[in-house]
Amino acid sequence: MSPRIVRGKVLKVGDNVDTDAIIPGKYLTLTDPKELGKHALEGLDPSIPSLLKDRQIIVAGRNFGCGSSREHAVLALLGAGVKAVLAESFARIFYRNTINRGLLAIEVPGIRNVVADGEEVIVNVEETTLITASGKTLQFKPIPKELIEIIEAGGLVESLKKGLTK
Amino acid sequence: MYSLTAKILARASGKEKVEVGETVIAQVDKVVIHDVTGPITLEVIEKLKHQIREPGRLYVFLDHYSPSPSVPASNIHKKFRSFFSSYPQTKFFDVGEGICHQVMVEGNVLPGEVVVGADSHTTTYGALAAFSTGVGSTEAAYAILTGKLWFKVPEPMYIKLEGELPRYACGKDVILRILGIIGQEGANYKSLEFLGSGLKSLSMSDRLTIANMSVEGGAKNAVFPLDDTLINYLEGFGQHIELGKLAYLRPPEEINPDLVIDLSKLDPMVAKPHSPANVSPVGDIEGLKIDVAFIGSCTNGRYEDLLIAAEILKGRRISRSVRLIITPASKKILAKMLENGIAKILLDAGAIITPPSCGACFGGHLGVVGDEEIIISSSNRNFVGRMGSPKAKIYLASPATVAASAIEGRITDPRNYLR
Repeated sequence: MSPRIVRGKVLKVGDNVDTDAIIPGKYLTLTDPKELGKHALEGLDPSIPSLLKDRQIIVAGRNFGCGSSREHAVLALLGAGVKAVLAESFARIFYRNTINRGLLAIEVPGIRNVVADGEEVIVNVEETTLITASGKTLQFKPIPKELIEIIEAGGLVESLKKGLTK
Repeated sequence: MYSLTAKILARASGKEKVEVGETVIAQVDKVVIHDVTGPITLEVIEKLKHQIREPGRLYVFLDHYSPSPSVPASNIHKKFRSFFSSYPQTKFFDVGEGICHQVMVEGNVLPGEVVVGADSHTTTYGALAAFSTGVGSTEAAYAILTGKLWFKVPEPMYIKLEGELPRYACGKDVILRILGIIGQEGANYKSLEFLGSGLKSLSMSDRLTIANMSVEGGAKNAVFPLDDTLINYLEGFGQHIELGKLAYLRPPEEINPDLVIDLSKLDPMVAKPHSPANVSPVGDIEGLKIDVAFIGSCTNGRYEDLLIAAEILKGRRISRSVRLIITPASKKILAKMLENGIAKILLDAGAIITPPSCGACFGGHLGVVGDEEIIISSSNRNFVGRMGSPKAKIYLASPATVAASAIEGRITDPRNYLR
């Protein structure tokens, strides 16, 4: 797993996308990411799960992942094949969950005005840049090294096993 | 200026003092998991093949599906019972005991403690001058296995309360007012710290509601100081507070507040679809027809909430077009409402009383709402699809406003019924 460079088509969503929208409460007896993934973002729009078949990057507005602490939200995105979530800002618990589960989540201020829905983008974690198909470049703050190590290991459990963190 | 949160985290991490923004590794006194987020926690623990460090510090609740409405939920419960049978010291609360956050504040959390829960509303225990916050299932597993967790010391947002809370208003109206001002991410990563002379007029029930919903503004935690109201409340659960050791949690000196709320001028507030921060005074939307009225949840399913509802509903009937669903937050509360005649008053008025559970609040069971239905609810979230159909519309309000609205079948100002 190497999230240092992620390339994919964008699914664009708005502000305050809550975890009930990412995975509605009725699916919370599931824990398998593949099963949860079939319903990713269904609460926002029932057509999104099928769209996600060829969209690997979510671009969001402010406060993505607010509401419930359900880790199912991150598992659903991973299960749907999402490689990265880029947002103007993230809600706190969701952000911690992305790291603990090895999903790349990056705050990219200004992104919603630059990237279009369906556009292809390339995210370079090392160079802290995002390049769009239309040739625009956005810079983001570096992700702390410790967090990248957890994400690259595949999450907190995997990194614990590998002894990267204590 | 040194926040209560920083003081608690300093003690828990063995430091004299900590700075805002500093990352500390704190001892976690208690961990809470339940039947929605807990299955993932158990998967992680099993995967790591590790023994639970101190099972006596782990609180496990079967509260979301209580009692179970489906085969998958029953199977989760079966797994929990079997898993924890090898850890008899675990504090295990089976279906019917109540919602985790209510049971925890019935004598299970003490001032100054650090508590994490795999549930965002773990912020509730801040009303008990504790540091408590929601974490994901994996982090809960980490805290269960290691007894520790890392925290960034949050920036405090000081909220000063002045004046006296009127009888028709409660903690719900206070926190909705605050959310309306700061917005849905106005407190993101921050600690809401409450102070001021207005605290005297806030009951523990009011404070628990406020701390509970602080997460709807994105807050990491909320904290109230250790005052006489809290000391007397804990005495009621047989917990005697030695002030000597906990003096650092007493109400702070004068602090320059970020926000001042005059409680005496508070209107009953309502959060409109689809955000808890989309708030108006009840007057702005009075008269809107409703289908369902819900009183319950970790936010407002306490005895005080049912008492005010009973006061409004006594000798009256709810509208024929409304279902009024009442879900007490714990078995203790249900017992008390039976004992004191509250249950009879509510039933006579036409209410449905369910067993203690998270119930309708999260759309799991006991009142899942249908397409295009309009709900007035004492719970905490009105997101799209939260209580069932994504086509339903949820309005959040105090139990008094919900009860008054149930009578008229329309959103109603509780002042019409309370004098």
